[in-house]
Amino acid sequence: MANVKFEDITFRYGSNTVLEHFSLNVESGTIVCLVGPSGCGKTTLVRALLGLIKPETGSITVGDRVLYSAQKRINVPAEKRNIGIVFQDYAVWPHMTVVENVSYPLKKQRVPKNEIRKRAMRALEQVHMTEYANHLPNQLSGGQQQRVAIARALVVDSDVLVMDEPITNLDAKLREEMLLEIRMIQKRLNATILYITHDQQSALQLCDKMAIMEQNGVLCQYGTDEEIILRPANRFTFEFIGVSNFIPVVKDGAQMMLDCGEKIAYPGEVPPEAAAGGYEMGVRPNDVVFDKNSPLKARVDSRVFLGSEYNYFLSLGSRQVRVQQSMLDARTRGIAQEGETVGIRFLNTRFYPLKKGAETA
Amino acid sequence: MKKYGGVSAELAAVDGRKRLNMDKIMTALCFVLLLIIVVVPIFMIIYNAFFFEGKLDVRMFVEQLTEPNNLGAMWNTLKIAALTTVLGTIMGVFYAWLLGRSDIPAKGLMRALFNIPYMFPPFLGAMAWDMMFNGRSGYINKWLVQVFGLSSMPININSVWGIVFVEVSYYFPFVFMQVVSALERMDPTLEESARIAGAKQRQVIWKITLPLVKPAISAGALLILTTSLAHFGVPAILGYAKRIYTLPTRIYEVIYNSGGSFDGIRQGAAISVMLVVVVALALILQNRILSAGSYDIIKGKSMRPTLIKLRGAKIPLLLLAILTLVMIVIVPLVMIVLISFLKAYGLPLEFKNFTFAQYEKVFSANGTIASIRNSLFVSITAGIICMFLGTLVAYVVQKIKPKGKGVLEVVSMLPYAIPGTVLSIGVILAWSGRIAGINLYNTIWIILVAYLARYLSFSMKTSSAALLQVHSSLEEAARVCGASHTESLADITLPLIRPAMVSGFFLIFLPAMREVTTSILLYGPYTRTLGVQIYSLRDAGMIPQAAALATVAIGIIIILNTLVTKLTKDKKGV
Repeated sequence: MANVKFEDITFRYGSNTVLEHFSLNVESGTIVCLVGPSGCGKTTLVRALLGLIKPETGSITVGDRVLYSAQKRINVPAEKRNIGIVFQDYAVWPHMTVVENVSYPLKKQRVPKNEIRKRAMRALEQVHMTEYANHLPNQLSGGQQQRVAIARALVVDSDVLVMDEPITNLDAKLREEMLLEIRMIQKRLNATILYITHDQQSALQLCDKMAIMEQNGVLCQYGTDEEIILRPANRFTFEFIGVSNFIPVVKDGAQMMLDCGEKIAYPGEVPPEAAAGGYEMGVRPNDVVFDKNSPLKARVDSRVFLGSEYNYFLSLGSRQVRVQQSMLDARTRGIAQEGETVGIRFLNTRFYPLKKGAETA
Repeated sequence: MKKYGGVSAELAAVDGRKRLNMDKIMTALCFVLLLIIVVVPIFMIIYNAFFFEGKLDVRMFVEQLTEPNNLGAMWNTLKIAALTTVLGTIMGVFYAWLLGRSDIPAKGLMRALFNIPYMFPPFLGAMAWDMMFNGRSGYINKWLVQVFGLSSMPININSVWGIVFVEVSYYFPFVFMQVVSALERMDPTLEESARIAGAKQRQVIWKITLPLVKPAISAGALLILTTSLAHFGVPAILGYAKRIYTLPTRIYEVIYNSGGSFDGIRQGAAISVMLVVVVALALILQNRILSAGSYDIIKGKSMRPTLIKLRGAKIPLLLLAILTLVMIVIVPLVMIVLISFLKAYGLPLEFKNFTFAQYEKVFSANGTIASIRNSLFVSITAGIICMFLGTLVAYVVQKIKPKGKGVLEVVSMLPYAIPGTVLSIGVILAWSGRIAGINLYNTIWIILVAYLARYLSFSMKTSSAALLQVHSSLEEAARVCGASHTESLADITLPLIRPAMVSGFFLIFLPAMREVTTSILLYGPYTRTLGVQIYSLRDAGMIPQAAALATVAIGIIIILNTLVTKLTKDKKGV
């Protein structure tokens, strides 16, 4: 197993720049989730790693093996890169049976016949697909095809495993199971896995580290999931990683006010740079708590019970504030009724400069 | 979110020098082959129509353009094509609606039967109708005169209307098949919501159903129009003797009369240019009229539409449909078979006049067996070569996407819009010794070359459609799994499009087997095709022999068709 190092990667489709001077180091034996909205260039990055496209600048190294270097004019062809991949659209070959699909990479590596069968079946076992070994892909559901694709990637001992949204088509329970399975496989093989997703929930569940990519192919933050959740580097990360409330803050004399149509006095603390104005406050729905004693009052518009939590929509002036209340909190502090006016307090607030054009929102 | 455009070209670039060459070789091969097969013949026509001995000389072209016979032929061509298109479209849409949307009984059987006229070679149909309603000697005409004591023959099939009638009979399936499948794939809620909104049944048909299937109708109508403009067989059999010419038959006559001299061929080339212009104008006109808009209402998945109850009209309409089928399929077939047993043409159709002698004659004649062998040879060879060449062009266009892929696409589709007779002239001009001393004239190879040009677009279209279905990630997955570019082609792409390649082969092989338009100008003494042999037997007045051979040909076509349906049914795996 080996680390993967992207250095200074630039890639353009015609005049459309997807990645510019992009660098990222995926440490050996970790699962790194590459998270970003659609079109942020994460798939492009993967295709460059696989050797399916050729970046303009930079280099890609796996372990001590240079796969691509614009400077040294090195470009290892796709078939010699030894990287396992699970494509987003499975790319399971429809004219081969499940076991033939999984055996194909071994066949190309000239593995002896009896060993091919053994290893293919073992890979299928890992994804619970042994009983479908002789089925054709069109007899399988989308989720089963995805598992075949995963088995095909696992069957050879690749230096790196790349998974491009590999579990989007599975139902919730199976998704959970596959995430655990991927984790266990990684532990057993001590594999390096680059996992691509736009779903931060599964990323949180799976990863050792997360790389957050912004729309324009810029890496915003790279760190452990705790770092990213607790100390988001910028507003984009904060917004992308979960549901959030944003309220602009303004200074009125010595008092900080929240701009909610009308100006409401804010009793909490505001960092000095935000106090100068032009900033807004971000707060997660689960960081809004009910507190009878708080001077900040809001009205409860609606309440939805979601099984493990309550979801509220409150009106603070003309602004809507989302609140998530855990069951424990609901038991200790009690639930709020629709139409009721409640006192609220914000925890873990973060302050970011106002987005352009968002002032009137 | 993914941009897979131009992937393989990039793959090639990534691979370094060796693969780059393979893709380049394939691309270059496409250009060279299409140049030889398609561009050279077409260029030769235009060149010879306007240039003489290396100099621009439009005198001959103007002469041909103002020649009254040619103008008459052009007028006839237009008249016949326009009438055939309008009537054929009406008939096609009517029966498509009847079978696709009404509760008429025995639908499955009827649909199968309505596809028969499509397989039936129109020129054999024309032969049969000529036997029945020839203005001088038609059997049914004579019978009518006898029974009703008429003073003259009541129906004359040897007229413009006769030609239109026969062409409509065999071309309406073009529209029928397109519209039936469009109706079947149409979302029935579109019609239902119109009913719920208060529209009457009749209004729904006119305001909702018909406009929605308009693209299908126009596609079918376009096919009828171009086919009819270019068609040789029916006007040759019904109109030739009566001096009713169309442009394709006129080209044939000019060349035939000149005995294949260069002058005659040049005149033919000039008339060809006229015909191509007419076809092009028809295409443009058609585009103008029918390009009003395309709709995205036709869903891929099939749904069960609500059927319209015919009530009292059910039985009469069923009878009408059956009568139509009997008229255009059974009657001509029976007629040809009956005539094939006659001792001599003109004898009454009575049992004492029947004999097997015609079949014996046909099969003991060297020419006949040779013609069947020739047809099989050129059809199979053309089918196989086109299957691979078409797939090669499709792969280059769809996956390699080189510069100038648009040119490749247009050039390979060009012969589709160019009439068979015109193509033949181009092939004669190109390959009878004028270029690099290659002379294929009077050999079977010249027919093969013409077939390649004519049918290449068929296999290219089917392979292209299949390749579009093969997502590039399938090939990429193989690459990442350790397969080289060539291996991924051989292991993944080719197996996946194999069924389409096979059906592309049959799409070429079947029509080539019964083809007469192209080979009528290209055959030599020893290279008659099946169609040409039937045509010339009839032309020589040996009508019962021609009928016997036609019976054999129809038998062969039916057997091959059943075989194909059986074969392709099993191969629909992917």
